[in-house]
Amino acid sequence: MTAAITVPELLTEPAGIPRARSMLARAEWAARQFSRYDKPAVDAIVRAAAEAGAAKAREYADWAVRETGFGVAEHKVLKNIACSTGLAGHYAGHDYVTPRIDRDAKIVEVPRPAGVVLALTPSTNPVATVFFKCLLALMTRSVVVLSPHPLARECCADAARTLAAAAVAAGAPDGVIQVVDEPSVPLIEALMSDERTSVIVATGGVPVVRAAYSSGNPAIGVGPGNVPVLVDATADLAAAARRIVDSKSFDNSVLCTNESVLIAQESISAELIRQLKRAGAYLLGPAERDRVAGLLFPAGRFDIRFVGQDATKIAAEAGVRVPRGTPILLAPFAQVVPEEPLAHEKLCPVLGLVTVPDARRGIDAARAVLRITGRGHSAAIHSQDPATIMEYGAAVDVLRVSVNVGNSLGSAGLETGLAPTMTIGTGFFGRSSVGENLHPGHLVQWTRLAYNSDPAEPFGDFTGLSPWAAPAGPASGSTVSGSTVSGSTVSGSTVPPYPVASNQRGAAPDVTANGHRGPGTGTQGRSGYSSRQPQAAPDVSALRDEIRRMVIEELAQLTGRPGGSR
Amino acid sequence: MTEELISFASKQDMLGKSKQFWNPDKTQFWQDAGVPLVIDRREGYYIYDVDGKRLIDTHLNGGTYNLGHRNAEVVAAVTAAMQRFDIGNHHFPSLARTALAEALIKTAPGPAESPPKGGPGGSGGAGSPPRSRGGPGGIAPSGPALLAKVMYGSGGGEAIDIALKSARHATGKRKIVSIAKAYHGHTGLAVATGDERFATLFLADRPDEFTHVPFNDLAAMEDALRGRDVAAVIMETIPATYGFPLPAPGYLAEVKRLCERYGALYIADEVQTGLMRTGELWAISKHGVAPDILVSGKGISGGLYPISVVLASEQASGWLSEDGFAHMSTFGGAELGCVAALKTLEISTRPEVRSAVHYIAATFTEGLARIQRRFPDWFTGIRQDGLVMGLEFGHPEGAKPVMKRLYENGVWAIFSTLDPRVLQYKPGLLLTPDLCEELLERTEVAIGLARDDLAGRKNR
Repeated sequence: MTAAITVPELLTEPAGIPRARSMLARAEWAARQFSRYDKPAVDAIVRAAAEAGAAKAREYADWAVRETGFGVAEHKVLKNIACSTGLAGHYAGHDYVTPRIDRDAKIVEVPRPAGVVLALTPSTNPVATVFFKCLLALMTRSVVVLSPHPLARECCADAARTLAAAAVAAGAPDGVIQVVDEPSVPLIEALMSDERTSVIVATGGVPVVRAAYSSGNPAIGVGPGNVPVLVDATADLAAAARRIVDSKSFDNSVLCTNESVLIAQESISAELIRQLKRAGAYLLGPAERDRVAGLLFPAGRFDIRFVGQDATKIAAEAGVRVPRGTPILLAPFAQVVPEEPLAHEKLCPVLGLVTVPDARRGIDAARAVLRITGRGHSAAIHSQDPATIMEYGAAVDVLRVSVNVGNSLGSAGLETGLAPTMTIGTGFFGRSSVGENLHPGHLVQWTRLAYNSDPAEPFGDFTGLSPWAAPAGPASGSTVSGSTVSGSTVSGSTVPPYPVASNQRGAAPDVTANGHRGPGTGTQGRSGYSSRQPQAAPDVSALRDEIRRMVIEELAQLTGRPGGSR
Repeated sequence: MTEELISFASKQDMLGKSKQFWNPDKTQFWQDAGVPLVIDRREGYYIYDVDGKRLIDTHLNGGTYNLGHRNAEVVAAVTAAMQRFDIGNHHFPSLARTALAEALIKTAPGPAESPPKGGPGGSGGAGSPPRSRGGPGGIAPSGPALLAKVMYGSGGGEAIDIALKSARHATGKRKIVSIAKAYHGHTGLAVATGDERFATLFLADRPDEFTHVPFNDLAAMEDALRGRDVAAVIMETIPATYGFPLPAPGYLAEVKRLCERYGALYIADEVQTGLMRTGELWAISKHGVAPDILVSGKGISGGLYPISVVLASEQASGWLSEDGFAHMSTFGGAELGCVAALKTLEISTRPEVRSAVHYIAATFTEGLARIQRRFPDWFTGIRQDGLVMGLEFGHPEGAKPVMKRLYENGVWAIFSTLDPRVLQYKPGLLLTPDLCEELLERTEVAIGLARDDLAGRKNR
């Protein structure tokens, strides 16, 4: 009598998939509207969304650490701000909307948005990546359907909604940013393979990236990192040490750009180690190193329990006594070979350490690190010798090298001139379709209007011509001419406008409901019809019959049927 | 002798038998009207004539196919249900009927709200989790108030009859007031509320008990109620068969007030306007009216299994507590139909679907206005509330040639029987942006050709 009653067979698909498909339908509409916005409208939207995200940078940093159980909140605050107002500021001078005129080539380039972006976000940089991908989309008038990593789905969903609300309030179309609340493998696969997804931007582990590339839809995926950092005899050792420790401990190594193996030239290795210790690093003895390696790689594979965990916690679990507040552990090993676990990627503040006789052998060691994994991703070098640095860059199979700066933020473009990013394209080395730091340009397609090259054919005058407009107000289709909007909707309307009945849209009443308004009926309001009200005068039936006969005769003539009687 | 259940020698053969065994006048009418349609396959918003001609369905049988023909999710749900359920036994409480009743009442909770002006997603733009007391799809409550019970039929007319009977029992009165040129179906009581065209032929009109007043005429409405002998006023929120004339601002709310003043119940016929077609689940809520009874049919079937529903207040459905067997219906609320309805309701109340409906409405507002600017003397009016649209043409039977030319140009839309100037135009709730664009282009072509037809000009 008290047992629950269910009819589970009525759930014909895994939970959430039908609604996720509805999200894509809504995204299609939003994309179509957004694709015609002009630069002032886009700028206002980007600014509003960035500010809304930055305002909650601390809240989301704390939430992310709480929900995932790893990372360093202080550092996540920095990332959240860098990926919101930082990003908006970095790209404020860029224009992904206005057509460009190339008079020399006689080509006009018209930017078109990617469309519907299916964005997968990781557990390591959860909210920062949400901010990053949403803002990239907003800058380029694309729309986003976010599928967050299950470990961080709540803080990510909230972050997405914060940005969505701010964007829509600033005039973006409804549905510009949507988020899947309960991501699952079948749901992600359904979204990835759906025709309405224009492009998948997959930041995550290898399986999800491979799935994205196999889905049949265009995809941009990342590859894993395994960052070698070479310090040669010419380096400023104190600076290098500080930078390496700061970088490796940043957010407890959860950025994929964190250094994995330190390769030190023998002649300076002792001094380098001294400097690393001064910066707080703890050098593991051989037995300690073995215990740590056994803890992190129990069956030869990295135990994800330790992702983003404090160095002190790892040390304690490995039975190694380290000073309080130790930011990283140094784990020396002999040779960079695949069977050496400490030569593999470690998403925690444990830095492998090998020494090499010279820079040449150091470059070889870096190549060895990347043979294990991490091709296409990133590497770092601390050196004052451009010839070595050039050789390093030419020989090591990565697409970004941080020079004299920590790799975590260096290769991510937050402390170098590279594009600031949370998504590292590993190029063909790393089986990725993109070989750069993901930036807004990757979400833009260009329609190129190419004139006849023959000089006799003049190039047109396109100055001041823009096909785009600010989102229109509800009733009139009027646009706000040239003004920028900050923080509020253009003419207070939404996109799409609320479906008000056509006789209530505030237009002047053109025809009244004739003869049907009696006296003293109280407020009836304007009828405001856009059409004439049908008359129900008593003697019209004869006329109606006559007209009906006429029409039927006409139709009969048109259809070729004689008489046409019913 | 063939064992095939359905088999004809040709379309002509089939049409001949249709006249012989089914309905000769109706069969011939469509031949004469230039719409010789026999629907074979159908999927999404496409229907295919047996000869292969593809049409975009913009008639949708009054909203029966709001979610498209053979919507994949509804098909899957009903198919799965058929592995476990059948029509059910109407005498007993049932899993499916109870689940659907609860789901429906959840869409109409709380005291009356002013017409909602919320964002298209109903929740601020990013598909946020449902607010409390949301319906199956989690949409924030937008429904009328006080509705507490659900009664079931299998067709709209039957549901209307249930509503009228319930109102008569609740008030102890007999008279029913409805709108001239209204349409509420063809069953016993319902047909008397509708236009005489459907009643007098069968000697089914009952002027002593059924009063008709002109739409949008409050004086006439009050006159009809003054005697305090009216059980209910029944109103299509937007009269469909009459060509979708729109209620004047404030009209429906005033009718409700008049009902309250003179002791009559307000029955909202939402058979065509309901289920998100106007951009809210129930169109009546856009007018700030909390009806005593709300009727839905057609679309709630998901286009797959006949079912109709009557939502009623405690007061209006008192007989359910006094004598629960007083009205019965073997097929009413069939369990398979309830499953179709549950899935239909869930889909229709998704914030994403509400948002898409708002987008589609805006697309047609803009697109039809553009067409109207090209043919201002011919395409004389657009009556629109969300995806309920009546296109008015400058000729007393203007919608007929438009219908014919639309048919030739791959669109199926029907003229309004009770006002043939007006073409009923009802795009589906799940149309894609591409299909909307295509539909508008085909419509523009057809409207131009129809105008030329009536002007007598030859077309290139």
